[in-house]
This record gives sequence, structure tokens and C-alpha cells, in this order.
Amino acid sequence: MDLDFSPQDVAFRAEVRAFLAESYPAALREKQSNEETLTKEDYFSWHRILAAKGWAAPSWPKEWGGTGWTPTQKYIWSEELAKADAIPVLPFGVAMLAPVIYTFATEEQKQRFLPGIRDGLVWWCQGYSEPGAGSDLASLNTKAERIKGDDGKEYYLVNGQKTWTTLAQHADWGFFLVRTDPNVKPQAGISFLLIDMKSPGVSVRPIITLEGGHEVNDVFLDNVKVPVENRIFHENQGWTCAKALLLHERSGIAGVARSKRGLERLREMAQTEKADDAGPLLADPFFRRKVADLEIDLTALEYTELRTLAGESSGKGPGPESSILKIKGTEIQQRLTELTVEAAGHYGAPYLRDLPHNVGAIGPDAAHGVAGQYFNTRKTSIYGGSNEIQRNIIAKLVLGL
Amino acid sequence: MDFSFTEEQSMLRDTVASYLADHYDFEARRAALRSADGWRPAVWKAFAEELGILGASFAEDLGGLGGGPTETMVIMEEFGKALVVEPYLGTVVIAGGLLKAGAPAGAAELIGQIIAGHATFAFAQAEPQGRYSLSDLKTTARKDGAGYVLGGHKAVVIGAPWASHLIVTARTGGGQRDAGGVSVFVVDKAAKGIVTRDYPTVDGSRASEVFFENVSIPAEALIGAEGGGLPLVEQVVDEAVAAVCAEACGVLRRLHEGTLEYTKQRKQFGAPIASFQVLQHRMVDMFMQLEQAVSMTYMAHIKLSEPAAERAKAISAAKVQIGRACRFVGQNAIQLHGGMGMTDEMAIGHYFKRATMIEGQFGSVDHHLRRYETLSFDKAA
Repeated sequence: MDLDFSPQDVAFRAEVRAFLAESYPAALREKQSNEETLTKEDYFSWHRILAAKGWAAPSWPKEWGGTGWTPTQKYIWSEELAKADAIPVLPFGVAMLAPVIYTFATEEQKQRFLPGIRDGLVWWCQGYSEPGAGSDLASLNTKAERIKGDDGKEYYLVNGQKTWTTLAQHADWGFFLVRTDPNVKPQAGISFLLIDMKSPGVSVRPIITLEGGHEVNDVFLDNVKVPVENRIFHENQGWTCAKALLLHERSGIAGVARSKRGLERLREMAQTEKADDAGPLLADPFFRRKVADLEIDLTALEYTELRTLAGESSGKGPGPESSILKIKGTEIQQRLTELTVEAAGHYGAPYLRDLPHNVGAIGPDAAHGVAGQYFNTRKTSIYGGSNEIQRNIIAKLVLGL
Repeated sequence: MDFSFTEEQSMLRDTVASYLADHYDFEARRAALRSADGWRPAVWKAFAEELGILGASFAEDLGGLGGGPTETMVIMEEFGKALVVEPYLGTVVIAGGLLKAGAPAGAAELIGQIIAGHATFAFAQAEPQGRYSLSDLKTTARKDGAGYVLGGHKAVVIGAPWASHLIVTARTGGGQRDAGGVSVFVVDKAAKGIVTRDYPTVDGSRASEVFFENVSIPAEALIGAEGGGLPLVEQVVDEAVAAVCAEACGVLRRLHEGTLEYTKQRKQFGAPIASFQVLQHRMVDMFMQLEQAVSMTYMAHIKLSEPAAERAKAISAAKVQIGRACRFVGQNAIQLHGGMGMTDEMAIGHYFKRATMIEGQFGSVDHHLRRYETLSFDKAA
């Protein structure tokens, strides 16, 4: 048991801080801290700065560009990123697809796809959910049939619809779960395909979410020809890849560092906002109790995550326990947005989405868009396997019920 | 003991419900919200002329139908079910309530205009610094000859872009947070010196920041006693809270029904998701919240005629239950709809957004819990 940072860790934190101070563009920091919509170029420009430094994919194997950081260093890294209001490196390529590739793909596929993910050259999206396959992902229906092309090569002909595809409007490539054998039990007939989004027959339709934003999309696949060499792992064994990927998706989902930063901002806001008695809201016994409660909950999550990380570094991959991180992490993110809306009081109501930040803002800056954040954050207990499904996983795989 | 409605009240409910079913479906509402005006004056006209509901809660000698809080409750509940944005609360409940209770010289004429659908009102009460306090006012009304001059900034005035008149609370005396020195005025929105900044709200309404820059108003603009307006404001805001509780019941009803319907038809793992026990219990909990909210709303309306302290306690108790129900039922309605609940194209999210705004309207759960505590425990002090 040891919670102290070693001198090396302290030096590492200083190095990270100096790097972020010097290299993270102020314009991006401003956009991120104002929670403005980020463009593809915004995401990529920061990703490429990280890639140039060799820090775009810390968790990867060293031979592919991983940093070999200890769990403590990774923890420091994510903490400093959040403090700097750094825009995230999108998880779809680096955190979700890449582990599947370096675990299951052929050497040739690794060479072909990993550098583009690491260096922020290719935007990936995730084609998992379908209108009829959400929590019950294995029931997916998108069909892929083997055909011989006019060029004599082998292809999959893919037909179906994917949905909730995050930021597919920017995607160059997507990784898709497709059904290659309809005659076996659902999990046994699925393959994992990489599809060039520019392929004929791929179309993307925006889904506007309740706060008015465009993050997610429907993706339609209409007779899309996909070369067989774009399949990762064996035919009909894509579920193995999918399960591995879902575990990675869950462990990243805790968002401890981001929530800590969010709490800090909430405290700042509640210091300025007035309570009914005209004192600072943070001095209001009702409100401060809720903030304290949330901080304690977040501390519990933080130490649970640290234990998970420590376990990982001793050779265990992220296990089904990571469902705890997903459930608690998203509940905390949601609670944080609830309290922010409460703190904003009347100024939670204005809907100013289409106005650029600060151009004729209504009410205090800190209240800008808080209700939209609250509405949007409801998605977190739904996506990545709903929190009900996560509880099923813990019940079944951890508790053996 | 009788919780039933009279035949007239049931008819009123049916009339409103059937009009809204014909004219206020989700798509029609959406189109109106997106239009430049953001509301439908034609609907308002129908409320006045076709349905006669703008006069439902006014006495017959004022041209109304002689109803009271129960009629308002019935109407607001139906409005909640359809997510009506038209300014009934600001016009009939708040302005109408103040004009009835404060009975200024021109009250009868203004009430006549309300009933006819010619005058619409917004309640310019909250200020940027005041949170939910009704007496924390920087806006001032300075005596000037026979009349007053208004100066100040009112925050998030719901329905102000549509209003012909504003009800304004302002200080004619006392310190910024004193109970004494609060006065209430009715002001023509076209008066010189009123500047508004209009914007949409997250739940589909429209609001304004309203700035009063040396606005001259006549002595007759005063409602109630000069400097003694706070009890009047408290009474009418309590009536408004009761009305919002009723609206919430309609919103919650739709959130709950919509969730039952969706989970019965949505299949995963080879079965309707409504067959999973964990979701069944969730929907039972939602149902209990809804039923408790309805009970508290009835209680609140019954107690509106009690003495001020008793009334205030009942209203705050009801608003605490409504706030909690709005959050629990709203959040879980979205959760049980899964990704579909997150989309703008499904109605459920729009009910959730309205429920969320009701949580904070005229005071959050914390605010009303504190008010209840004070009224319950601090009497002896």
C-alpha cells in the first residue's frame, strides 16, 4: 500500500505540465473550456501535436508507439490533461479499435492501420448499435455476404443500418460488427470489419439530440463492397473482438479526471452565484452538502479506478469489474451537471445554442449552456452498454449469480 | 372528503383536451416553436373565443365563468400533457391573480382584456442576483409627481416577447432584501424606456431580459399598497406554483405513459424490455412519484384559500414533491427509452426538458424545503 508519488512521478508531472503549457494551443483551450462544438480540425490538430511528442497513445505496446508509462504516470497524465482543459483524443481509434488491432489483427493489418490511428491521420467511428440491437448487441442484423468481385478478389457485400454512430459525420473509416453467419447462435456468426466510409453505398444521416446538438448519426450500408482483407480476426469470431473492445470502452468511461475538473468549476461557480440569503451558494448548507457528497463519491471512484489500474499493471487486463467504473463514473458526471443546472438558477433556462459564446451571452458565463450539458449527459448511462446492462455483467461475471 | 370533479369541471377538461388533441400535436407545436414568433396567437384566440378558458377562473361579474383554482388546475394539467407554451400562467394565473387580489382602479378593464384574449402578460419578478427570493430587488420605482419612474433589470422573464403588458415588482422603499418596500406595478410593455433582449428557452418557450431605463408610469399602475406588495406577490406566486404543479402532473403523466408504451413494444433479448423486472420496478417507482405528485397538487389547490402561513407550507411541500418527481420520472423516462430518448425527434425528450425547467420554476426543491422548514419549525422564534 503506497499512495505517495515518487520523485520520478513528481518530475513527470512537472514535465507534463510544462509540455501542456507550451504546446496546448490557447485557442483550443478556450473553445474547450467554453464547451463549444469542436471541428474535425480541432481534434486532429491537438492529436498531431501529441503524436509528434510521442504521447498520443500512452497505453499501446511500446513497439507501436506506447509510452510504457506506469499506472501512476497515466493517472497523472489524465489529471493534467483535464486541468488544462485539453480536448480529448477521441477514443474510437486510439482507445477502442487499436487494442483490437494489436491483439487480434495480422502483422500486415497492424502496419496498415495503427500508424494512422496513432498519428491522428484517420478518423474512426464505431458501427455497433443498430435500431433493433442496442443493449442486445449480439442480435445485430447487418448482413455481410462473401462475393467474388469482377476483379476476381473476394469481398463482403454489406447491407444494413447502424445507429448512434458518434461523430460519423467526420469519419474516414469505421469498424463494424456484421453478421456473416445467420444460422448459428447470434454471438457465433459475427465478424469484425473495417470499412472505408468513402465506399460507394455508405451514407450518414444526422441524429439531432434533445439539447440540439449533432454528435450521433445513422449510418446506412447499401451493397457496400468490403475487401476480405479488411476483416480483423477470423470470420464469425468478431464477437471476441467486440467483447474486448467493450471492456476498453468501459474503463475509459469513468472520466475521473474530467469530473474532478468539473467539480472544481462547479465550486468556482457556486462561490460567485448567490444563494437565496444573498451569501455565496457554496456557503448554503443544502448546496454545499450536495457538493461534498459528490466529492466523496468521486473520491471512492478514483480509488476504485486506481485499484483497477494497479491490477492491470500487474498483468490482468481490465476485467468485468470495469463495469463499476462505467456505472459510477457516469452517475457522477450526471450528478455534476444536475448541480450545475441548480447553481445556474434562472439562467439555466436560456437556449443560446446558435449564438457564439459570449456574443450577447445571457446571464453569467458559467451558466451558459448548462441545461444542454445536463440533457446531453443523460446519454452516458445509456451508451457503451446501459448501466442496467453493466449491472447484469457484474451480477453474472463478478458475482456469479 | 371529496376529490371528485364537478360535471362542469370534467367538461372543461374534455373541451381543453379535445381542442389540444386537434390543434396541438407534437408536430404542430414544433413548427410553432421554430417560427419567428415562437407561439400561436391563433391558439390564444381560440382559448379566448372558442374554449372560453381565459375567463374560467374569473368571477362572473368580471365576465368570467366563475371558477377558481380547481378550474386552473384542470386546464394546466391538460396544458402539461400537450406542452402548451402559450402564456396562460403569466396572463391568467399571475396577472389575473394580482389584478383580482390587488384590485387596482383599472383591474376590471384589464381582466376584460385578458378574458377576451387581447392582453397577454409576463411576470417580471426575478433579478440576476436574487435567485428565488421574492424580496431581493434592485429594481426601483421612484416617486415622480403623481406617478413613478422604474429602473432596473429583470431576469429570464418567461413569455415577455409575447406580452402586451408586464407585471413588475420593484422597490419603493426599504433595503434590497427587506420585506417592506416592495410594490407591484402593471406596465404597458410598449412604454418608453423598456428595452428587452429576447431569446428562446431550453423547454421551448421564449423569454427576455427586461431593462427599465427611466420608465415613467402613472400612479394607477400600482397594484395593492405601495411598499406593502410582498404578501400579495407571495400569495399569487403560491397560486402560480400550484398551477405549475398541475402542469407538471400532465407532463409526468405523459412521461410515464410514454415509457410504458415504449418498453412494451421495444424488444431486446427476444422479449419486450418491459418484461424485465428491474425495469418494471423502475416504472413502478416512476408511477409512485407521479401519484404522489398528483396527491400533493390536489392538496396544494385545496389549501390555497388557507391563511398565508398554512398556504405557503402546503405549496412548498407540494413543490418539493413535484421537483423530485420531475427529476426522477424525467430522467428515467429518458433512460428507459435508451438512445431514442436522447433524440430531438421523439416527444419524450421534450417532456423531460419541460419537467427539468419545472424543477426550478419559482424555486428549486432546496428552496421550498427550506421554506417549509422555516414555516414548520421556526414559528416559536
